[in-house]
Order: sequence, then C-alpha cells, then structure tokens
Amino acid sequence: MVFGAAGNPKTFDPLFNDDGETFRIIRQMMDTLIMNKPGTADLEPGLAEKWEGSNEGKTWTFTLKKGVKFHDGTPFNAEAVCFNFNRMFNMKGAAAQSQMIYYGDVFEGFAKNEGDASGAPVFKDCQAKDESTAVLNLNKAKGAFPAAFTLPSFSIQSPDALKKYNADAVTQSGDSFSYPEYALKHPTGTGPFKFESWDQAKGEITLVKATDSPTQTAKLDKLVFKVIPDENARKQALKAGDIQGYDYPSPADYGLLRNDGEQVLIRPSFNILYLGINQKNNPKLKDLKVRQALAYGLNRDQFVKSKLPEGAETASQFVPKAIDGYNENVTKYDYNLQKAKDLLKEAGAEGMTLKFYYPTEVTRPYMPNPADIFTSLSEDMKAMGIKVEPIAKPWNGGYKDDVQKAGKHDVHLLGWTGDYNDAGNFVGTFFGREKPEFGFTNAELFSAISAADAAPAGEAHTKAYQEVNQKIMEYLPAIPISYGPPAIVVGPKVKGLVASPLTDERFYTVTVN
Amino acid sequence: MLRFLVRRLLQAIPTLLILSILIFAWLRSLPGGPAGALLGDKATPEKIADLNKLLGLDDPIFVQYFKFLGRAITGDFGNSLVSAQPVMSEIGNFLPATIELGFCAMLIAVGLGIPFGYLSARFRGGAVDNVIIVLSLVGVAVPVFFLGYMMQDALAAPLGLPSQGRQMAGLDATTVTGFAVFDGIITQEWDAAWDAITHLILPAFALATIPLAVIVRITRASVLDVLNEDFIRTANSKGLTQPIVRRRHVLRNGLLPVVTVIGLQTGALLGGAVLTERVFNFRGLGFLLAEGIERRDYPRLQALLLFGALVYVLVNTLVDISYGLIDPRVRVR
Repeated sequence: MVFGAAGNPKTFDPLFNDDGETFRIIRQMMDTLIMNKPGTADLEPGLAEKWEGSNEGKTWTFTLKKGVKFHDGTPFNAEAVCFNFNRMFNMKGAAAQSQMIYYGDVFEGFAKNEGDASGAPVFKDCQAKDESTAVLNLNKAKGAFPAAFTLPSFSIQSPDALKKYNADAVTQSGDSFSYPEYALKHPTGTGPFKFESWDQAKGEITLVKATDSPTQTAKLDKLVFKVIPDENARKQALKAGDIQGYDYPSPADYGLLRNDGEQVLIRPSFNILYLGINQKNNPKLKDLKVRQALAYGLNRDQFVKSKLPEGAETASQFVPKAIDGYNENVTKYDYNLQKAKDLLKEAGAEGMTLKFYYPTEVTRPYMPNPADIFTSLSEDMKAMGIKVEPIAKPWNGGYKDDVQKAGKHDVHLLGWTGDYNDAGNFVGTFFGREKPEFGFTNAELFSAISAADAAPAGEAHTKAYQEVNQKIMEYLPAIPISYGPPAIVVGPKVKGLVASPLTDERFYTVTVN
Repeated sequence: MLRFLVRRLLQAIPTLLILSILIFAWLRSLPGGPAGALLGDKATPEKIADLNKLLGLDDPIFVQYFKFLGRAITGDFGNSLVSAQPVMSEIGNFLPATIELGFCAMLIAVGLGIPFGYLSARFRGGAVDNVIIVLSLVGVAVPVFFLGYMMQDALAAPLGLPSQGRQMAGLDATTVTGFAVFDGIITQEWDAAWDAITHLILPAFALATIPLAVIVRITRASVLDVLNEDFIRTANSKGLTQPIVRRRHVLRNGLLPVVTVIGLQTGALLGGAVLTERVFNFRGLGFLLAEGIERRDYPRLQALLLFGALVYVLVNTLVDISYGLIDPRVRVR
C-alpha cells in the first residue's frame, strides 16, 4: 500500500521528534508500553500487559509481554525498558536535549540539564525487577501519566541498535542540527512493520512486514509513505491510483471524494478551536461582563452548522468530550444577542473596537479555513455593536509571534490538538500560568490546574479537572468555539483502517484488495 | 577565449558575495523564524527563544553572516532544518530532477519556439501570424501554477498521464545517476524509463510555456528586423534561392537575440520550476526551495539561492561565449 503524507518525516528516532508526519511512520515500526484502543483515546495494553500506579502516582509498575523481540532479533525485556528511560534521563548535549520536545514537557528535566533545559526532573530511576517487570520511580506524581506513556516519543527501541548506531549523537552544526545514523537509517523497534529505506529524492519511506512479528502481524507485505505536500496533488494521486490513501483532505472535497467512491473516514474530534481574549492589550476585556457578552453574542451553533465539516460540534469548554475531565455541567453560554448587548451596556463597552487577529496561509484540523471563521465571528460581533478591526497575518510569518509572544491583539483565533488523553495537555497549556496570549492572571485557577496535574490518575484526577473546567468557564479567559473532526481518506479497495482521534492509525490491520 | 572565461569567472565572485549578503539579510527580515517552523504548532515562545539562542539566531546579523560565510567557504552550508540532511547533499540529490525537467522544457521551448516564431514572421499579418501571436500572449500571461492545475485536472486523466511525482510510487527503479529516464535506459529497466518519461510530459510542457512564448515573440521580431536589412535584399538580388537566403542569412542573423533570450530564460527556469515542481510534486530544486520557504529553512534557502545565482552567472557566461560563435564580430571586440 502507498499512503500519501503531507510532509517529510524529520528523522526516525521518536525521542527527537514531535510532529504528526514523523509519528505516523514511527507508530507502524515501534510500540509503546501502553497504547490507545483503536479509534479512541482510551488506553489498552501495548508492550506492557498490565500497569499499575502506586505510591500516589509516583511509582509505575509495568508487567511486560513475554517473547517479544526487536527487529534486530534482540529480546525485549525489563532491562530494555529501563535502558530506554535511562537513556532519555541521561541524555547529554544541549542540541539533543532541545530536540526532546515531549520528554521535556512530560519529564521536565534531565540528570544534568544543559543549554536551556532547566526543570527539576520528574524521573527518578527505573528498576528491572525481573525479566518482565519494569518499575519506574518518579520524584513527583504527574497527572499526565499513564496516558503520556502512549506518546510515540516514548517508544521502546532496541538498546543494541541504539548503541551500535550511536543514537545519542545529536549535534549542532552551524545554525542547524545533525542526527546520527540511527535516526536516519536504523530505527529499530518491535512494531508490525520494520524500516527498509528512506529515499529523499523520491520522497518515499518504505517499511516492510516484520516477519516473525513481535506484537501484531501486519497483513500488508510492504507499506510505502509518499510525501506529497500539496493537497490537490494528493487528491490527484489517489484518483490516478498512485496512492491508496492520504491525510488532511480539504473538507470542501469530502462530498466529491465520496462520489468518486473513496472512503472519507471522519476522525472523532480531539481538538478545540477558541476565540482568544487578551485582557492586557484592551482593558475593557478585563471586565467579565464584556467577555460574557462575547460568549453570548457569538452564534456558535449556527457557525458550526454552516462553516465546519460534518461531525463538528459546538464546544462548551476547553477540552473535547473524549477527555477524562470533560464536565457536562459547566456554565453554558447559549446564543442570546439581546443579553450580549445588555451586558456590554452594563459594562459601558458599547461600540467598543476590537483588534481581531486571524492567521492566513494555514489549515488546521480545528480550523479548516481561518478567513471564513473570522468573517463569521466578526459578523456576530458587529451585530452586538462591536467595531471589528481585522488584522490578518501569515501563520509562520508573524501571526504566532504577534499573538503568543507580543500579545498585540485584542481577540484572536487559535486552537489545539491533543497529544494524549489528559485534560492538562489542553487546559494546562492554555491557562496554567500567565501568558502574553491571554494577558490573564488568576492565582486561584493557576494553582487549581497545577493541583489537578499532580493528582494521581483516576477519579481524583478526573474530578479535579472537571472542577478546573467549571472554573475556566466562569472566569472565561477565552471562548471555546468548536471541536472539529479531521478526516483521512482511503480508496475503495482499502479495508481495515480505523480512524483515530489522535491520528494514531495503525496500518497492520489494513488490507488492499 | 581562456582569458575571457577566467575574467568572467573572477567577476562572478564579488557578484556572489553581494548576493549572499542580500539573501542573508532578506531571509532574516522575513517575519517568523525557523525555530517556530521547526518546533511546530506546539512551540511556546520560550522554546522558540531557547532554540534561537542555541542556533545562534539571536546573534547580531553580521555575526551570523560571517559565521555563515566562514563555513560556506569550506563548502559547509549546514544541514537542512526540514530534513536534517546536509544541504549540499540535498542539492546533489534533487538537482538531476531539475536538470531533467529544465532540459525537457527548454527542448520544447526552443524546438517549437524558433520554428513558430519564424513562421509567424514569414507570414506576417496573415492568419498563421495572428494565431501564433495570440497564443504566445496567452502563454506569457497565464501563471504557471494555474496552467499546472488546469493540465492536471483536464489532461492527466484523459491522456492517461501521471499528474504528479517523478516516478510511480513504490516503483523499485535502480538509481545510478539520479536522472530517472537515463537510469532506466542504462539499467535497461524499460518500464522505469517509460514511467519517468510519462511523468515528465505535463510538468515539462507547463514549465516550457513561458519560455516558449517569449522565444516565439523574440524570434518573430528578430527575423522581421533581419528581413528588412540591406544584405537580404542584396542576397535576393544576387539570385540566391529562398531556402539558402533563409538558412544562411535570415536565420543565422536572426538567432543572435534569440540566443540571449534562451540564456536568460534558462537562468530564470529555476523560478518557474519552483511553482511547476510544487504543483506536480516533481521533486527537484524548486520543490526544495518552496518547502524551504514555507519552513523558513535558512541553511537550505541560503545554499539554494546562492546556487541559483551561480547558475545564472554561468549561463550568462555561456551565452556570451555562444555569441562569439554565432557572430564573429563579437569575438573581435
């Protein structure tokens, strides 16, 4: 099978990567201790048959599957697991540490921080109790676990191959990085497919079925990822039969593709689009009444129905429904134009002007067409009597800087796609501390979020985040707009691909007639 | 001739130096740096700042420039931020595709442009002339990417031509030189060679459109000029046959400005190739450049733009040399 990917992978050592195109390939070759149940964000056994958190979430014990081998024939066992986690913790070199994005986020620090890594490490040590029991000790509990163990960055790789091909030698050369042979040519995991080649000039990554398959058995003998950055070209390639599937179809094409007999698989949404509010730039926005007026005055239901692809839903809070911690009972702001106008009047903010920033040259799963979204929301604002000053900037050409760094805006469009099933990955990212994006300080909320993050996984963790979500919707530092469902397309002959909210589609179940 | 060549090549050094400064300054004046693009959507401003510091992108621009120059002199243009590969090896890998595409496009442009331009001049004011003039105007005016998409949507399926890529995906063709058609021939993998040829047709025509139209118009104008010259009247009055007059006098003298234009168009081809290669997913230097711009890949862009400038200088030198071959008067000067 040939699958059309939208971009180049970076390298194949998952530890130094954080982007979807790279992860898509890595997920076929490597396994994590815990995985996601196909089609959901729920957890299921991966390389670990069972896992258990104890000592209030500071100790994680994994009971490993037996008889699993890495693609190079070496055995997978508790020592291999510890080798991997010790490798991450002891990684040397500022260049390598700066590239370990997810490790930095989740484990916060290294044995010896270099460059700008400065956190206190969450990881304490790892013990191989016996062949099939690995125990991970942490310095502090963290709500991200155990869900974060599903991140491809924490895939378990062959210690032999890592050593043999010098996997840790990430160095900085001039104003760029260079990666060791391991990351470019010899990634070695336990997944149903193994790496064969990466032809840069052709833009093709070839994987082949791992014969004495360690975990799951692939039905395909060969799986090729073909890089085709242009969305229209991917569509053409599918039509021509050059590829049998591709990612990120434009919502405008869903109907056409279906008419042509292709299968458009809608992923459950795992993202959020919001209208950001910057209280620092415009003092009027400091008034809760003004923010509430915005929430009541935006006709979000109408917008979702008319502008977003099928399956999209109006957002009631800053986490999608699939996340533990989603709260059915948060304060809701149903469309009510009169109420919005009244609130503005009470706040003395009638006829206010808002600098509304929106990005160009970008499509995101939660934001298929930013200009369209801007138009729709700004019409609602005008109906409330607000004057809108539109400011459009290219995504990588100033938008993110202006909004996230400089905070030049009054209101703006942005969103987030989750990495794993944890509410902190959403609300902690947005409102865990003061950021120029929102210009909003609230000690009570900040500490509630950090307490929720430290609450051990399970009921306490879920409940803490439900309360956080309720608080956020009362303070209203921004307005959640919608959960958008991205899609993935495959041809009529492809069977067995399960669309995942986390874009965690595994191809070993796929057949092509 | 040798002295002329050496002088031209020495002249290229300050040209490239000035260009390198301009390219360097321009890239760094673009909003949004590579760190943001490198770190992806989830980059926080703090992480971007950290990465900029690590990469030395927060140094004063002249410090960055001299560091770059120091490495560039030794042939080290760094690694691409997108692909993590040395930029020079990327250029080596992707260059054959662009040469193949550019060569085919110029073959089409010259092969059709000169005869059509000549026909247009010969039948000046007639129906043939009018049709050719209108078509060449359209050719210059239509943007390459628009034409590319039109061709993909309207021609690819009916003609059974592939609309993207250099080769069918998953085709295990042997790579020897990187020139797909040539490799297919020397390894006698005829399927692969044919596959590569079919993949070249649409992008080559798309890329050829503008140079073709320009060559038609220049040839026409130049031939018309020559036809009005005294020496043609002399040749005619001497009783030479028309084919001889056309070949020896009209074409030979009419071609001089055409050669200049061919040279300029060849140099400009990289510009057109950016769009063409992008639309057709034809993985050559233009493709690399487009991807580099989107991702603010400084090392790749610096190397590619300088490489483009070097090609321009070289092509123009070749044009000057070919002047001398066509018109002996130039050599005397």
